[in-house]
Amino acid sequence: MKKKILLDMEEIETNGAPETFLTVPTALPDPEPDSVMEELTPTSKTKLSTRKLNVFYGEKQALFDIDLDVPECSVTALIGPSGCGKSTFLRCLNRMNDTIEGCVVTGGVKIDDQDLYDRTLDVVELRARIGMVFQKPNPFPKSIYDNVAYGPRIHGLARDRTDLDEIVQTSLERAGLLREVEDRLDEPGTGLSGGQQQRLCIARAIAVSPEVILMDEPCSALDPIATAHIEELIDELREKYTIVIVTHNMQQAARVSQKTAFFHLGFLVECNSTEEIFTSPQDERTQGYITGRYG
Amino acid sequence: MTDRPPNGAGAIIAAEAAARRRRKRYSAERRFRRYGILSVFLALGALCLLIGSMTAKGWSAFFQTYIVLEIELPRVELAPGGRVDRAALHDANYVTYLRRALRAQVPDVQSRRDLRSLYRLLSGGAGLELQKRILSDTSLIGGKFRFAAVASDDVDQFVKGHITAGGGGKISARQAGWIKLLGAAGMVERRFNVGLFSNGDSREPELAGILGAIMGSLFTMAVTVLLSFPLGVAAAIYLQEFAPGNRWTDLVEVNINNLAAVPSIVFGLLGLAVFLSFFGMPRSAPLVGGIVLALMTLPTIIIAGRAALGAVPPSIREAAIGMGASPMQVVMHHVLPLAFPGILTGAIIGAARALGETAPLLLIGMVAFIVDIPRGISDPATVLPVQIYLWADSPERAFEERTAAATLVLLAFLIIMNLVAVIMRKKFERRW
Repeated sequence: MKKKILLDMEEIETNGAPETFLTVPTALPDPEPDSVMEELTPTSKTKLSTRKLNVFYGEKQALFDIDLDVPECSVTALIGPSGCGKSTFLRCLNRMNDTIEGCVVTGGVKIDDQDLYDRTLDVVELRARIGMVFQKPNPFPKSIYDNVAYGPRIHGLARDRTDLDEIVQTSLERAGLLREVEDRLDEPGTGLSGGQQQRLCIARAIAVSPEVILMDEPCSALDPIATAHIEELIDELREKYTIVIVTHNMQQAARVSQKTAFFHLGFLVECNSTEEIFTSPQDERTQGYITGRYG
Repeated sequence: MTDRPPNGAGAIIAAEAAARRRRKRYSAERRFRRYGILSVFLALGALCLLIGSMTAKGWSAFFQTYIVLEIELPRVELAPGGRVDRAALHDANYVTYLRRALRAQVPDVQSRRDLRSLYRLLSGGAGLELQKRILSDTSLIGGKFRFAAVASDDVDQFVKGHITAGGGGKISARQAGWIKLLGAAGMVERRFNVGLFSNGDSREPELAGILGAIMGSLFTMAVTVLLSFPLGVAAAIYLQEFAPGNRWTDLVEVNINNLAAVPSIVFGLLGLAVFLSFFGMPRSAPLVGGIVLALMTLPTIIIAGRAALGAVPPSIREAAIGMGASPMQVVMHHVLPLAFPGILTGAIIGAARALGETAPLLLIGMVAFIVDIPRGISDPATVLPVQIYLWADSPERAFEERTAAATLVLLAFLIIMNLVAVIMRKKFERRW
């Protein structure tokens, strides 16, 4: 593998590929200067952090000693080739891996200085604080209203019906879906288009007012227009929520995230501000990946 | 890429070979389709043959021959002193009135022997029917009214043309003459056989009905469903959703699959040994029958339930877990509602199998001759398939058609249950 990478690098150098990757940053939708400033300021608080995180599926080790800090109220993108462990890492952050048989997690994951894998921690409460949006839109086969109201209902967030109505309204509003579904909240959520379903899933996730939203390739099943919708939405949500997004689409990572982590074969290869990663990657593997040489 | 020339002899040969292969593939497909259609028709044909022959044999059992008699009830005898005494009415001999009326129609019968054979045209139960009629309407006393008395099974069979008169048969030539005479007077009628659906079992075929067996079946099924459905669904949910995947669960799974394949009579032996001998439960009771059938149905429901639960897409589970639902909530709010149609189908098919089951019930005494209609789960009872078995064993010709009729009723129940399964599945089915 290493040899191949080196070969790739040679190719990059000989084929004048550096120009190619230099063009990548121009794909950034006019990076807002203030947001860049914001993340560069040392005051930016760390929301989630992992130290020496190892994950095993039975005999096989999927993640090796991952140290990663996720800054609060920003978008962190996880990129890397398929099977590199980025989804596994994401699922460690709200303990979704618990449901997989034979999955063992060692090392530390902290949210606001609280250990995620502490025995006394209530995993149900944790998942209310850390929401998740999946690759394939997976609304419940219930009405649109019930989809969004489900979280508040099971966590007892609404005192009465009007309260619940309000939560549903604001969640749909924030997910940018309200205008489209306002008059058909009773219809099944599965009847919406793919992009609408995904936004419904986001509305469902934010209905419980989580602190963090994890997104596992949220746009990979959507067309470009729906993708643009979701990306806009992610950018808006960043004001209130800490977002960690796994993506295969490097342009997407460049467009929506402030921080990017590159995973490869279970290792965290490089982690830096998105601009840094895409303009001057330190590791040759990162460089190879973002220029489309492999992965 | 290719090493053969795009044009020329090689290409033509290759194209011909490809066309040959294509033709072969198409004909293989056509052949396969024909086999499929053939097997479907064979199955349908077998079903039609079964239902057709049962209907042909059993249809006449839905009708019964009655002899309509003009009954006179003298007030002097039944209500002496002008007062109707119900206790006295219970003890009165109603057969006398029937016989009197019958004799009035056939005046030339004199000898005791002939009279006896004349009276034998009527069913032994006709007197009881008359009593019931009078008790329900005492104003009939002191007047004349037309009463349809049940004819005996031999008359019934003779009228239906199933047996012939004379030659030492069940109906003598003289009796045949009387029947003809009564028929000419318009007194022999064929009516819908209400008794078949309102009576319990009887030694007299013309009085035998399936209500007792239907009630027995209903009570048994109630016990079976109430026991096996909740237990089966709970077991399926636990095994599918919660059980850790270790050696023990594997063992349990293998044994459940084994249990589903155990011959049903073994469950009957278990019922006999455990419930009757050890626990001393009542013999012939729907309670025990229901428990035995529940044990038999349980594996079917568990297997169907697990399959239905396993078919729920994992994305729904993940979505619910991601929302912070507890494992119980994931199952109850999302997985179970989606799996319910499948579980229900499995349960109804299991119940339908239990409804048609005979062997285990024979062993726990539900094969007894029971005249009374059971009123509860601990009354002695029999069930439809056992009733069919009992009647099929009886020598009277009239029981033959009743056997077929009871089979038709059982088939109707089974078809209704399967129909309900289909409708329920359609109704609860949700897309995801």
